[in-house]
Amino acid sequence: MIRARLIWRKSLNAVMLTLTGVAAFAVVSVLFLILGYLVINGGRSLNWDFFTQLPKPVGETGGGMANAIVGSLKLLFLAAIFGLPIGLIGGVYLAEFGGKTFSFITRYTADLLNGVPSIVIGIFAYALFVLPVKHFSTFAGGVALAIMVIPITLRSTEEFLRAVPNNLREGSMALGASKWRTIASVILPAARGGIITGMLLALARVAGETAPLLFTAFGNRFWSPGWNQPISSLPRMIYDYAISPYDDWHRQAWAAGLVLLGLVLIANIGTRLVLSRGGGGRSA
Amino acid sequence: MRFEISNLNFFYGAKQAVFGLNLKIPKNRVTALIGPSGCGKSTFLRTLNRMNETIRNTRVAGEILLDGQDILQMDVVGLRRRVGMVFQRPNPFPKSIYDNVAYGLRINGYKGRLDEHVEHSLRRAALWDEVKDYLHKSAFALSGGQQQRLCIARALAVDPEVLLLDEPCSALDPVTTAKIEELMFHLKDSCTMAIVTHNMQQAARASDFTAFMLDGKLIEHSETSRLFTTPQDPRTEAYITGRFG
Repeated sequence: MIRARLIWRKSLNAVMLTLTGVAAFAVVSVLFLILGYLVINGGRSLNWDFFTQLPKPVGETGGGMANAIVGSLKLLFLAAIFGLPIGLIGGVYLAEFGGKTFSFITRYTADLLNGVPSIVIGIFAYALFVLPVKHFSTFAGGVALAIMVIPITLRSTEEFLRAVPNNLREGSMALGASKWRTIASVILPAARGGIITGMLLALARVAGETAPLLFTAFGNRFWSPGWNQPISSLPRMIYDYAISPYDDWHRQAWAAGLVLLGLVLIANIGTRLVLSRGGGGRSA
Repeated sequence: MRFEISNLNFFYGAKQAVFGLNLKIPKNRVTALIGPSGCGKSTFLRTLNRMNETIRNTRVAGEILLDGQDILQMDVVGLRRRVGMVFQRPNPFPKSIYDNVAYGLRINGYKGRLDEHVEHSLRRAALWDEVKDYLHKSAFALSGGQQQRLCIARALAVDPEVLLLDEPCSALDPVTTAKIEELMFHLKDSCTMAIVTHNMQQAARASDFTAFMLDGKLIEHSETSRLFTTPQDPRTEAYITGRFG
């Protein structure tokens, strides 16, 4: 009787262990499948022209997406300068100052905003920044992305600040530091690595967004000077090129996907390198 | 007398933690606070530099005089500069050793010679010889005992008149504990100290006066030698002989 029970328990254990392993393997293999497919298909049509040339008119082969690469960078720049500071400062408020009710409302709103379909944010930015001036613009696209950056940055900043042990706050306050001084020179530096990683994830997330750009930044087959014109972006180009009937365009869409992934990866690894070199609590 | 506390009551929300406490803390002496866990000794210690104000929904009633001035009326920044604190767990900032010690000086706008001051504070905390070649290394590279002495140096850097120590040795080994007790002995020349401890041997070794607390009330307070040899209250005797707590 006891023996049968033991065999049952052991086999159940084995089955569950296998199940978790299989699930983990499935996740990893999907990721590597995507990466591999992207590298194989994109890598083939990636060349120097892709980074330096404008898109060629329909029918001509070759050309590149230089304008879309610069466009994506410009849009991300706007998303960063509008979205990151608001998210950061709001996160500091939530973690360090917030009262009960207002914090709850803010946190809840941020989570809702995080869940709003990105196309809805696109319509919002369209109504606010495109309709009044009657033309698409880089600015409108950047703001749409910034709106998506805010809640992600806010929540991740809050989480990482909360993870800083309270005895650091007390240590600083006990020396006569004001609350703000404590946050600025002890708490934020202590959470720096995590906060920056969170910001990067937020930017990486919006770097691949197409929907909010469809009717804000719109798209452009040429250079877009300044901030007031429609502008191309990598996700938008991928969309256009992937649904086109031309094989050449399909190949370029793959290449654009690979470049987009590469940009996100470079930013990620670069930040990690800088953080680990400057990290370990060297002075501020 | 440095501190004169009369009729002190302290509340966490509706829960009272300290009841009608009267105590005098003499200048340039070490006063130990002993008692079982949850008796309110840490809470009491933290009222002396108003650290409890950082906890929401707390209230203090009564009078605490520092050199005759009511600390509840003082500017809290000025008070905390005069009354430093060392915590139970070493809590160095994620900065270099140098910047940890200089922190208090910098936030107080000290414009003098920072290097000399940092060295002096580290010497007072008996840490200088161990760290003088690594001043710009991260404070996290130090051992637990060194970190705690760094925290003492950090507190001493702003030249406090009083140093509050909240179980400073509870996370440390006996050798390091002995170092810190020796350090306290030397600091007596320039500093008044109040130490909360669970370790009765430590109270007996390192303090001049001892106060025994129980359930938020001060039960007995006298010279350390007298309290440990001839306690007046049966509860004190029961506690120091290990019959409860």
